[in-house]
Amino acid sequence: MSAARANGVRIAAGQGFWGDWLEAPYRQVTGGPVDYLMMDYLAEVTMSILQKQKSRDSSLGYATDFVTQMQRILPTVIERGIKVTANAGGVNPRACADAVATVTKQLGFEGKLTIGVVTGDDLLGRLDGLIARGHQLKNLDTGRPLRDVRDRVLAANAYLGAAPVVEALRRGAQVVITGRVTDTGLTLAPLMHAFDWAPDAWDLIAAGTVAGHIIECGAQASGGNCLIDWEQIPDLANVGYPIVEARPDGTFDIVKHPGTGGRISVAGVTEQLVYEMGDPRDYITPDGVAEFTSIRLAQAGKNRVRVSGVRGKPATDKLKVSIAYFYGYKAVGTLVYAWPDALKKAQAADRILRQRLKDLKLRFEAIHTEFVGANATHGALALNELDPAQIPEVQLRIGVRAPDKAPVDRFTREIAPLILNGPPSVTGFAGGRPKPEEIVAYWPALIDKRMVEPSVELVEA
Amino acid sequence: MKRRLLDLAHARSGDKGDTANVGLIARKPKDYPLLVKHVTAARVARHFKGMIKGPVERFELPNLHALNFLLHGALDGGGTISLKTDAQGKVFSTALLRMEIEVKR
Repeated sequence: MSAARANGVRIAAGQGFWGDWLEAPYRQVTGGPVDYLMMDYLAEVTMSILQKQKSRDSSLGYATDFVTQMQRILPTVIERGIKVTANAGGVNPRACADAVATVTKQLGFEGKLTIGVVTGDDLLGRLDGLIARGHQLKNLDTGRPLRDVRDRVLAANAYLGAAPVVEALRRGAQVVITGRVTDTGLTLAPLMHAFDWAPDAWDLIAAGTVAGHIIECGAQASGGNCLIDWEQIPDLANVGYPIVEARPDGTFDIVKHPGTGGRISVAGVTEQLVYEMGDPRDYITPDGVAEFTSIRLAQAGKNRVRVSGVRGKPATDKLKVSIAYFYGYKAVGTLVYAWPDALKKAQAADRILRQRLKDLKLRFEAIHTEFVGANATHGALALNELDPAQIPEVQLRIGVRAPDKAPVDRFTREIAPLILNGPPSVTGFAGGRPKPEEIVAYWPALIDKRMVEPSVELVEA
Repeated sequence: MKRRLLDLAHARSGDKGDTANVGLIARKPKDYPLLVKHVTAARVARHFKGMIKGPVERFELPNLHALNFLLHGALDGGGTISLKTDAQGKVFSTALLRMEIEVKR
């Protein structure tokens, strides 16, 4: 067992998404003992942004923030022998590794860091060949074959599992940088490596997957965005990100560093377990299938939740593929209406605007109106409980979507005129005219696992 | 007696494409059977009438005293396509907690 510790292996969550708290990784590696730091950077749409950056400059296409983070934490990581797993490589993990190697040398640690690079997830250059060989990559939601939007595809990545990350760790990598590896795989891989778990030890694989699911959204497991008794959660300004403290038998505790804020409770961990859940009997990952209906939780101390009983099933023979394609354009405009009759005024403005769009014969796929302060989040459920006369202000928020840019662009010029030629008591337009935005949409599909070959290389810094 | 779900349960929600999920968790384990009995898929579909376009699925997690609901067609296409403020279904959770159920004293 590498990184053996009397109380098990400790894996700390450093980033729940690209854009998460910049202080978290540093606090995780310095705030107490940890063996691994896990950082999740990739959302579905992120890959297309990175693909665009790479097409402009072949040395880009990864999460640049990760390199800045590594610069800050490397002295601690190297001194304490902490290992890092991150899917910050985006569509160019090798370039990301080179950038980390460069800062490693700049910091004077030349020869002291081995970086593992996991690739093989990027299918963009292989799509035509795959389609020609009968892989239709049908949209999991609509059933349409990918060829319908093939000419608009901007990125295509298979979700790799823990296996190549385990291989990189076995070969001596201290930092493992991947492309599209599942969020859960970044936590499961260190456990498989540290405890020598077999890839077909399904209950253990499921346990590591559940551990990964709990910490993959960072502080959402330690008091952030937690609804139950939210006002009693202490010191969120100083929130401690979650840490998995795992044992070889697949049981583990969720904890956080001493002296940090937030709260780790059964109720809070349960909230995170049900987050983005589908069928709880089949939580499917490339590594195996976890049964969330088997999970047992217990409060094992202050800010310590014990997880046990996790059962798993064999992996499927498919991998999920995340495809990003150009969909069209959208724009959202807003205006704020004040008491009295704030809601009525906003509703009148909406009617007037829609009439004008109709008179201009603009064609949209969708026009969507919300009255922020009245129905934007809970729709009619909220409106039915309101006394409209008492609402102090309402933001009219109206959005349009179309395949072409022209109608969306024209729409953006129809908001400001309402200030002088629509209902009264209107303000809040200092932001100026909204801008049409390109929509890059997500196309989930499955592919035969044998079509995807992960690859691992090592870079010595 | 009418009880609001907010008093009996807490919740968290998220998205998968155009589907929002709501995990509904009993505040006290003893109240979980009440949720199972009253907060059916059909009842949730009625609650969200006009707000979602597709069907509602329900899954039971007795081990966590929780129910998981999938609300299909809830997010105006979801993700980047959606024009909704709540494009990722984050607050369908508390919208469900507005529901009232009839409970025997």
